This record gives sequence, C-alpha cells and structure tokens, in this order.
Amino acid sequence: MRQGLVRALGGVAILAVIAGSAACNSTSKSSSSSGGKCGYELAFFGALTGSAANLGVNIEHGAELAVDQYNDKNGANCIKLDKADSQGSEQVAPGVARNLVTKKKLLGIIGPAFSGESAAADPIFDQAGIPMITPSATNPTLSTKGWKTFHRAVANDQNQGPAVANYIKDVLKAQKVFVADDQSAYGAGLADQVKAKLGSLVVGSDKTGGDGQQTDFSSVVQKIVASGATAFFYGGYYTNAGVLRKQLTQAGWKGVQLGGDGVNDPGYAEAAGNAAAAGSIVTLPAQPAAKAAGDFVSQYKAKWNVEPGTYSDTAYDAANMFLKGIDAGNTTTSKMNTFLSTINYEGVGNTYKFTSTGELDPSQLKIWAFKVDANGVPQPDQQVPTT
Amino acid sequence: MNFSGLIDNFGPLTVTGLAQGAIYALFALGYTLVYGLLRLINFAHSEVFMMGTFAALITWGSLFGLDQNSATPGVGAVLAYLVIGLIAAIIVSGITAVVIELVAYRPLRRRNAPPLTFLITAIGASTVISELIGVITHRNLRGVPPLIKPANVVHFGNTSITNLELLIIVLALVMMAVLDTFINRTRLGRGVRAVAQNPDGAALMGVNKNRVISLVFLLGGLMAGIAAVMYVLKIGDTRYDAGFTLGIEAFTAAVLGGIGNLRGALLGGLVLGVAENWGAGLFGTQWHQVVAFVLLVVILMFRPTGLLGESLGRARV
Repeated sequence: MRQGLVRALGGVAILAVIAGSAACNSTSKSSSSSGGKCGYELAFFGALTGSAANLGVNIEHGAELAVDQYNDKNGANCIKLDKADSQGSEQVAPGVARNLVTKKKLLGIIGPAFSGESAAADPIFDQAGIPMITPSATNPTLSTKGWKTFHRAVANDQNQGPAVANYIKDVLKAQKVFVADDQSAYGAGLADQVKAKLGSLVVGSDKTGGDGQQTDFSSVVQKIVASGATAFFYGGYYTNAGVLRKQLTQAGWKGVQLGGDGVNDPGYAEAAGNAAAAGSIVTLPAQPAAKAAGDFVSQYKAKWNVEPGTYSDTAYDAANMFLKGIDAGNTTTSKMNTFLSTINYEGVGNTYKFTSTGELDPSQLKIWAFKVDANGVPQPDQQVPTT
Repeated sequence: MNFSGLIDNFGPLTVTGLAQGAIYALFALGYTLVYGLLRLINFAHSEVFMMGTFAALITWGSLFGLDQNSATPGVGAVLAYLVIGLIAAIIVSGITAVVIELVAYRPLRRRNAPPLTFLITAIGASTVISELIGVITHRNLRGVPPLIKPANVVHFGNTSITNLELLIIVLALVMMAVLDTFINRTRLGRGVRAVAQNPDGAALMGVNKNRVISLVFLLGGLMAGIAAVMYVLKIGDTRYDAGFTLGIEAFTAAVLGGIGNLRGALLGGLVLGVAENWGAGLFGTQWHQVVAFVLLVVILMFRPTGLLGESLGRARV
C-alpha cells in the first residue's frame, strides 16, 4: 500500500514538474534577464518519513530555503526543488533514484542523506552523470567506489570516529568503554572507527537489530552493566539510541552514552525521555547549524518556525553551490560536475573545496561534540580534534 | 563465541529472558486460544496488543497528564495508575479482538469460506489497524511515563531481579493460572473445550458456538492487554508497529509450547525468552533470533506438536 502511495505521489510530483516548468517557461519568455538560468531542477534525496525522518527534514528545509531565496531573486518557480522521499531505506532508495534520473532538467542532488541509501542510490546517479553533494552521509567507503559525481560536504566517519574516541579519552576520561552498533553501513562503520581508536579501553562490544527492528535490548543492557563500562558508544540512529538509553537508565546504569551525527537530534530525547537523555554526548562532523554565519539562523527560523537542525546549514550551502553553478551557466550535468570539482565556496557553515574523490578538503574538516541538555536538546559543547 | 560472557552473565540473562518470555507467553495465549478453537492463525492479534499499548499510554496521558518526562509518582498513586492503565488496555484490546472477529472472520465463517481466505483477511485486518495507527501517530515513538522506579528486590550472587521484572513474571503466572482454571473448571470454559473438540456436537448439545468464539477472542484480547502494559513498562516506548516483531515471537512461543495448549504457551514463551538471551550472550545480540529459531526447528523435529503437544480440550481432558 505504501508503494502505491509513493507511486501516486510520484505521479503528482511529475504533474507538478510539468506544470512548474510550463509556468517557468512563460515567465522566462517575458523576463529576458533571467532567461538561461531558469527551468532547471535540483532534488533533495533522503528520508522525509520513517524512523529517522527528522534528519532528512532538516536537510530538505535547508535546501528549500536556498532555492526559495534564489527564486525570490530570479523569478518564482525559476528553479524547482524535487523532494524525493527515500524513507531512509536501502530498499526504497534505488526505485526513487531511478525515477529521478529520468528528469531531463535535473542538474544536481542534495543528498542522498544516509550512508546505507547512498550505497544503493549513488551508483544510479553516477551512471546518469548527475552530480551529488551529500550534506550528511558519513560512511568513508562512499568516496572509494570511483563515483565521479559524488561529493561530501562534511567530514566522514574516519574523522568522526577518532574524534568521538578523543572525547571519551580526553574529556570524559573513561577507562572502560562499551561499543555497540545497529549493523547499518553507517552505524557499524562508525562504531568500528571508534573501537579502532580506543583500542584497549574497549571492554566489550555488541550488535543490535536495525532501527525500529528491535525494542527489547535487555541482553545488550545486561552486557553493558556487567562490563563495568562508564561510557557507551552506540553507532546507529536516534530512535534505537534513545530506547537503549531509556532501558539502560531503567537498569540503573549511570554512565555516559555517546552517539554520532545519527543520534544528534531531539528525537533521541523523545525516545529516551529527557531525564535519561540529559548529559549524553553526540557528535557532528560539521559546524553546529546554530553557529552558521550571516543571517542563516534567523532566515531559517522565519521560514520554518524552528531552529535549524543538524545539517540544515550544510544542506543550504550544498544547494547554494549548485545554484552558483547554474548562475555561472553550468546548465548541463557534466558542466556542473566540472564546476564542483574546482569550487572554492564560502558558505554559511564552512568553506567548501573538494578533493579528487569528492571528499571535503582536509583543511576544512570540523567535528563538534554536543551535550544533550535537560530539555533533551543537543547543545554545542566543544570542537574536537580528529586525529 | 563468548562462553565466559554467557557464564558470567548467566543469572542476569536468564532473569531478563524470563521477563521477556512472560510477555511472549501472555501475548501467545491469544494465538493459542483461537487456534485451538478454530484452527485459525489470527495474525491481527499483534494489533490487538499494539492497541493495548496505546490505550494505556493515552489513558495515563489524557486522564492524569503523565508523559515520559513526568516525575515518578508516589507508591499509592503508581498502583492506581497501573490498575487504571491495565483496565484501559484490557478493555481496548478486548474490544479490538472481538471487533476483528465480528468484522473480519464471522462473515466468512457464515459463508463457509476456505481457510486461506481467513489467513488473508487476518493479514488485511492487521495491516489496516497498524497503518491506521501509524498515520494517526505520524509513525512516531510514544514514550511511557516512568511509573516504576527501578529497584532491585531480590539478590543472589551477581543476579538481581528488579521490581518490574518480578511484577511481569508473577503477573504472567497468575493470569495463566486464572485462565487455566477458567477453561478447565467453569461452565463457560467447558463450552470452549466442547467447541474445540467437536463444534457440531457442541452445537447439538446446546452450546452457542458464536458466543464461545467471541468469548475466546475476548480472552485472548484481555491477555494481550495485560502483556501490552507489561511491555510498555519494560521497553519504555511504543509505536504503531510494536506488535509486529513481538507477534512473530509470540506466535513462535505458541508453536514451541504446542499451539492450542495454554500451559504450552507459557512454557514456550519462557523457553523462547531465555533462549534468545542466552543466544545473545553466547554469540552477540545480532544472533538472538537465529538462536531462537534454530532451537524452534530442533525442538519441532523431535516433538512436532510442540513441547506439551496440541490440546484445548483434546489430549489432557
């Protein structure tokens, strides 16, 4: 039934595209100034529904803000932003991606948002030659597959993992650490990086079911309590992490739980309860959105009526990089890709330069640690060294 | 394999496994009762359970303004909240079960539909209810108020049993005893056994078959309601798909113990819960279901009708 719904929505989206481009053509005919720049599309690709949807919605909101601001300057409906909902699922992503690559006017993808769906969808975009800038997928292997159109606007887990480990060693000064993950491409990859850097401080490890597939964590909880660990790192997303934290607190465990960017969301405290979640540490392989430069924070709040969330600013910058490319006349996908390879763009969150594999230039990598406050909101704590 | 992990944590893993198994057992009763009577696998039973979890949460939330960020109330208030939550969950689960029977199964039975049709309507009813709740709740988790402050009440060696685990296990045993007595000792229970043994014969003897069937769905719903409250207290959250995986586990427990057999459901639930936790201790949590299902296959190879055999009015009476 859900697939039927997706198809129906896809149909509506296609109609909207046709209507939108028709409208756009008429405006571009009348106004000669913006003639060559209009009628193109960008796409957001990520979870807008599902158990990790909050992360996707942050990204979509950031990208949509950039496109709206561009359209305010260049005419309504000038650039259209497609919103492709992958549900964050590796199974759903390829179908959504194949649907997107049939769009002739599509110049770039903001996303895919998560690592698992990236592994499934990126080859399809790469084959179609459509440039991608992911503002959030942090699995290191994504840049090693030889995809020519892949770009990552944040640090990856090879940086995030050691940074988490550094925080555990230098700030928490924990001597016993337990590490678990959800067996996803993202969660397991990050947990392995943390384990490698912590070395002998790791007193035990375990693997849970995927996001939303396990609710009784009593065996993991038991192992953590029995291990005597004072810090627990969970590689996974916020729903599982929150339920785990709740059950750990119920079992009387008093240590600090840590998570990566997948846990950096108020949804963590919604699952765990504010009391259990308070004091947890979550990282972000980018600058905090609240510290973004210029008027971004106030503009975002004015449009969406919420504070910018994880990766909202990076997604805003990613969309603006594409829009800058369109402004410079890069209106084919191959020109756009060449444009991105030489870009040196100062956005609201960071300055973006890409290496030949599409990774962010090493000098621009930033990792921040956040601490969950008593209201369940992760607040920027400090920047952490990545080596 | 991590033998020392299993041996060191043997006691705690067993206790938490028993608590989880007790929830499986209460849940499994719904499957086993209906199967024993109608030879029907009521897949929509997982949604009967899920409705119970939401009923308890919504009652606590709307009547008493409790959410997961509330402080733990005093002992007297907690008891009242628990009883009220249980009643709400039992009522909603019971009604859901009976409505499913009336809407999805009874019209088919009246037309003598083949068994496959029942299976499809069962899956249909299950999907409809869970998707409906999913849409209404935006597929979000809903957190449980911290009603029971965890405290260890029994200690032996490195094993301690928390108040909640004790409550779950004791309540499951008590409910099982009550249900067993009801089926075996009361007049209504005799009707259930009669219909299970020989539906036509029972009808000739003046047993109202439809009423007995509704009664059995109601009983399964009541037990699922109790399981639902125990579940939300133990897990701390619920969601529209909370019944799905748990339903499969509970159904497995019913088959393991001997489907159609009440005591079998209890034994099957406890064995499954403990086996999963031991498996998790020995191989890692990612293996817990593999261990449980391999065990299921092995047991069924030697005892094809489950540990205690199939019966609801058959063998033992």
